[in-house]
Amino acid sequence: MSALWTLTDVTARQGRKTVLEAASLTVTAGEVVGVVGPNGAGKTSLLRAGLGLLPLSAGEARLSGRTLAELKPDARAKLVGYLPQDRRVAWNLPARMIAALGATDLADEAADALALDCLARVGAAELADRGVLDMSGGERARVLLARLLATRAPLLIADEPVAGLDTDAQLLTLDLLRAEAAKGAGVVVTLHDLGLAARSCDRIIVVDHGRIVAEGPPREALSRFILGHVFRLDGELIETRAGPVLAARRA
Amino acid sequence: MSLVRLCLLMLLVLTLAAVLAVSLGETPFSLAQYAQALSHPASPPGEVLWTIRAPRVAVAALVGAALGLSGATMQGLLRNPLADPGVLGVSAVSGLGAAVAISAGLAVLPGAIELSALAGALVAGAMVVVLAARFREPEALILFGVALSAFGGALTALVFNLSPSPVATAEILAWLMGSVENRDWHDALRALVPMAIGAALCVRAGRGLRMLTLGEEAARMSGLPMARLRVYAVAGSALLTGAGVAAAGVIGFVGLAAPHLVRALVKDDPKRILWPSALAGALLLVLADLAARLIPTEQELKLGVVTALFGAPAFALLAWRASRSWRS
Repeated sequence: MSALWTLTDVTARQGRKTVLEAASLTVTAGEVVGVVGPNGAGKTSLLRAGLGLLPLSAGEARLSGRTLAELKPDARAKLVGYLPQDRRVAWNLPARMIAALGATDLADEAADALALDCLARVGAAELADRGVLDMSGGERARVLLARLLATRAPLLIADEPVAGLDTDAQLLTLDLLRAEAAKGAGVVVTLHDLGLAARSCDRIIVVDHGRIVAEGPPREALSRFILGHVFRLDGELIETRAGPVLAARRA
Repeated sequence: MSLVRLCLLMLLVLTLAAVLAVSLGETPFSLAQYAQALSHPASPPGEVLWTIRAPRVAVAALVGAALGLSGATMQGLLRNPLADPGVLGVSAVSGLGAAVAISAGLAVLPGAIELSALAGALVAGAMVVVLAARFREPEALILFGVALSAFGGALTALVFNLSPSPVATAEILAWLMGSVENRDWHDALRALVPMAIGAALCVRAGRGLRMLTLGEEAARMSGLPMARLRVYAVAGSALLTGAGVAAAGVIGFVGLAAPHLVRALVKDDPKRILWPSALAGALLLVLADLAARLIPTEQELKLGVVTALFGAPAFALLAWRASRSWRS
């Protein structure tokens, strides 16, 4: 499998604080990688540093084998689509126009057709002409997800794509991202719900205090030891018919 | 409504307003005199229409268009419906440039005040371009703009303070109030060059302004050359504002209000709003200047006074309506 995203010993600072230290990871096509960790652990910093949104003070990040420095903005956009955590939208544009913003490489008509297609895929076809500020948070999240899909990038990175969504919308979002992975994309998501992460991700990366402290299949990465030491939880993953569920109490 | 159709419609309304503004004035004409003005431009009524009123209306339209486009660009760049051409401090420093030229006695040289005002705008614009590259968040840029505005205002006050003659002081004050009185075709042509460059830059930045709807980080990852487009937006807006201040002094509220007049017609789109905002600004200023001429006062009202008098209550209304629709 070819590596879509490689971080090698990446260290990044924000002001004087080191927010990420010696982080290394590889994401390949077809897998869904979950990034979990307590609040402020460095999940978003990991994504931002790996995308060049945060300057690196050491280490190297590559997209499809090419370093960030050698990629022009348009070339980089062909390799990765990014859904930031901040879901504020400044103006009340119709959903189809928001979704079309994912396809900067296409002419207007083609971008609009793709936008409608992506809105249909996230189950928001009927919202196409509604203004995004007139929508509920869940509806807007779906429109922004359609924008991410419209990038058609081989690597999709979503920072907290399910924050603030109801359970159905959370499952729908992750199922959609899983479907993209099944079609060959590499997907990286940060999540707070460990049960949801275990259920939806092929591999989990646990971040704590700016370091990657565990990595592997959900059951390994979210071991009793990690749950206790990183999340201060006394618990474990239990297999159920609907997938793994986290049973835990505060340690 | 398609963008082209909207622009054509607005252009038609603007043309009608311009015809009205050229036709009406302090000196009322009979039908025969209008006919004479049309058939013999060199006749006395022709002189009034074509060498006094028409260039004045043209300068008002150009300045209004520049301010409207500049305001729409700033609102898009800063993602803030209350941004205006002066928000980054360009107007204040441009006004300072004019004040310095007047107090230095350069008013006798044709075009010196205008050049000095434009130079002030370019200095401020260059500073803001550098800051905009360094600080991407709109809040930071707005704060720098506030500081630059205050500093420009303070230096202008200092020029007043140290001004040797009351005549110069009165002249600066009159100039800062904004007016298109006694402008000729040369003034219109002089304004046109920087405005055309500024407009081209702003329009090229349009795609970036639309992308900024999603916020700074999504825009940076979108594949658009955002660093360059931001420079276009800031530099274009500074040129438009500076050329506007150079041609007519400091005129408030037009740049703020014009985009809001057309916002609903373009579905809030920061890219498609650019040209209609320019046309709306031109329309507003042509009508404001007509009002300034027709309102019977002992001294002719200054254009900046008229726009502020009508603009400030409109601004309050706007803020009220915006506050009702503010959402997270």
